[in-house]
Amino acid sequence: MSTANQKPRGFLRRCIFTTDHKTIGLQYIFLSLAAVLAGTFLSLLMRIHVVWPQAAIPFLGAIKPEDYLGYLTMHGTLMVFFVLSTAPQSGFGNYFLPLQLGASEMAFPRLSMAGFWLTAVSFLILLAAFFVPGGASQAGWTQYAPLSAVPAAGPGQALGTDLWLVSVAIFCVATVLTAFNFIVTHIRQRTAGVTWMRMRLACWTWFVAAMLSLPSFLILLLAGVMLLLDRHAGTSFFVPGGLLVSGRAVAGHDGGHGDPLMWQHLFWFFGHPEVYIAILPGMGLTGHLLSVFARKPVFGYKPMVWATCAIGVMGFGVWGHHMYVSGMNPYAGFTFSALTTAIAVPSAIKTFNWVATLWGGRIRYTTPLLFSVGFVSLFITGGITGPMLAQPALNLYLHDTYFVVGHFHLIMAMAGTFALFAAVHFWFPKMFGRMMSERLGALHFWITFLGAYAIFMPMHLLGAAGHPRRYSELTGVQYLAPMEPLQRFITIAAIVTMSGQLIFLVNFFRSMFRGEPAGPNPWECTTLEWSDASNVSPVVQRGPYEYDEKDFKFQI
Amino acid sequence: MTRIALLLGIACVTLISFYLFIVHPWWFPAGVSAHAPAMDRQFTIAFRLLGGLFLAGQFVLVAALFRGRSSSGDMPRSWYGNWRFEIAWTLAISAIFFGLSLAGEKLWSQMRIHDAEPGALAVEVTGMQFQWYFRYAGKDEKPGRVDAQRYAHPDEGNPLGIDPSDPAGADDIVSSTLVLPEGRDVLLTLRSQDVIHSLFIPAMRFKQDAVPGMEIHAHFKPTQAGTYEIACTQLCGLGHYRMRAAVRVVSEEEFRKWLDEKSKSK
Repeated sequence: MSTANQKPRGFLRRCIFTTDHKTIGLQYIFLSLAAVLAGTFLSLLMRIHVVWPQAAIPFLGAIKPEDYLGYLTMHGTLMVFFVLSTAPQSGFGNYFLPLQLGASEMAFPRLSMAGFWLTAVSFLILLAAFFVPGGASQAGWTQYAPLSAVPAAGPGQALGTDLWLVSVAIFCVATVLTAFNFIVTHIRQRTAGVTWMRMRLACWTWFVAAMLSLPSFLILLLAGVMLLLDRHAGTSFFVPGGLLVSGRAVAGHDGGHGDPLMWQHLFWFFGHPEVYIAILPGMGLTGHLLSVFARKPVFGYKPMVWATCAIGVMGFGVWGHHMYVSGMNPYAGFTFSALTTAIAVPSAIKTFNWVATLWGGRIRYTTPLLFSVGFVSLFITGGITGPMLAQPALNLYLHDTYFVVGHFHLIMAMAGTFALFAAVHFWFPKMFGRMMSERLGALHFWITFLGAYAIFMPMHLLGAAGHPRRYSELTGVQYLAPMEPLQRFITIAAIVTMSGQLIFLVNFFRSMFRGEPAGPNPWECTTLEWSDASNVSPVVQRGPYEYDEKDFKFQI
Repeated sequence: MTRIALLLGIACVTLISFYLFIVHPWWFPAGVSAHAPAMDRQFTIAFRLLGGLFLAGQFVLVAALFRGRSSSGDMPRSWYGNWRFEIAWTLAISAIFFGLSLAGEKLWSQMRIHDAEPGALAVEVTGMQFQWYFRYAGKDEKPGRVDAQRYAHPDEGNPLGIDPSDPAGADDIVSSTLVLPEGRDVLLTLRSQDVIHSLFIPAMRFKQDAVPGMEIHAHFKPTQAGTYEIACTQLCGLGHYRMRAAVRVVSEEEFRKWLDEKSKSK
């Protein structure tokens, strides 16, 4: 760590426009925190509206169906992009990858800074959509054309969708720069002795996630630009001719042979690797934490690495399983189904190895350990419905029902969030020099763990009964009426679980200022980042000249 | 203490979930199409198999917490990994997952690769924000040409925009209810006027997206008379939640009578 030649810097260069990887990591983490609070609030509004459509929310009034769809779109976008694709990789990755590799900084520190500020601008543009005429886009985070391509197709499909597209395009640029930075850092910045096979699992998953991010976000950027062109420049990539929307002909695409399915292919070619980008860092960290707190090496380190790489490579080949009933050639159903089934195998291997890491360990039941065990439980539960959805014959019934909503929330949203909670608790002493409260941590864990199951397990039953997703109310289709009690249960469970997150916020912010001071290696970890002094003022434990029988005692 | 809590917590969520799936107070509606029994059978096999894996997975996770060691010492080689275990459980899980997947492929082939039976009834389905229309070709068995932008006037009784100068379209029957004869294959041609919609008939175990610019063919055979609901399962705008319709399955005779009535009233 070269601190010798640093000029004194003002607040602006030290905290705002900094190239210090630790500060940038924290900036990303706080950005994600803002995003997750916004996204959670939106899901609260959604859950309330589904079961009490006439309810008036203080300050917001009654929620109209188009508002619901706006909340739904923004909820998905915020959570997938600004939480799950930001905090695990750009947040904790920027902070801890160099430390775990023994490097002083990322390969391109100015790219790190650019990445953060582009992400922040993207975030603000996204939120601005709520305040423009028409409101936020209503086409879901998946933005299927022509709904997303024709401004007249609904309120929120005009300026709201343009802002969404611009925001996501900027996010893509930020992510591509960051991914490039991560890849080069892994290749070039490993200190002497850190061979590839000696890297922590978390480093491997950051690397594979970055390798996935680079091409997939480029494709999304391309698709977004094509959609913007369709909307404003008279192209017809995704919009066929002859459309009649709300009694008015859609102009500008006459004779065009635009293909709505092309959007889906491009989007999901990005979208499926994206869900692996979202979960891989969490998987890497979980393996790492289970090892730390079972005081045992990771079981099957090499198979874990190979499984991670296999998931990465195969992740590019399965996008069609989102499109079995889309009108895509049904023969493609066989190929995508085979590859999707195949990709379940390395995921299962990782699960076996996590359990085997715990097995026979001298387990320390800390909060990070609790959340890691919770991750494995949720990963099993969410993952186990994957092979069912992978089969086109069964997917035909379950597609676009609540069954899918339950599946991806359990395996991606909940498991991913548990890994984030574990990461926060685990690395808090490193980031802020203090410990978070274990008691509050355990309480928060239990409410969230039981709450996650209470909210998302019943959704599988709703899906089996044929309950479509993205319905703002249950008052339209009649066969949904008997499912109201279950929907109400889910809403109540969601309200309780969301309230429980306040415990985490209290714990987080209070511990920042009044938490118990932490030593340099409070969890007694073996990995490199704990050998370095924290960037916050060290807490000196003893006088300057203490010697004992062994030799000497460090001050810290 | 904490591990007892974890045992109880994980056991709780696992067993309650398991119980919910067995008792299933909300579940698939009765299947009334020819391929429904095969699909339901595949679902049952999948739920049982995956349910078993779910139980086993959570159980093994909890068991790991109780298989601790008390004394410290050197790390046994076995802690770093065991290639025999890796190969064994990889092969086992592959066999289970691929077996399940292969079992379902035949059903997919029957539903989507194989053609409809000869003599199938052809019905065109058109989705638009936020309504379904079903068109029968009439006595000439030829549907008329459609150009929504030029001819569609919902308030004048021509929501699909059938070309008035096309003789083949003069006898087309447009209905907002899908009326079908029992026991005969129906070949649907799905179209959309504006954005992507999706025709979902849970009781028929049928779903297919309707994409503007495309004419997508899919078939099924209703096997029981009755009225069943249709829901839209592709987000299509603010009225997505109320874009419903009904399938009315009647006897072959009643169906012919209905067709005649509709033709006469034109």
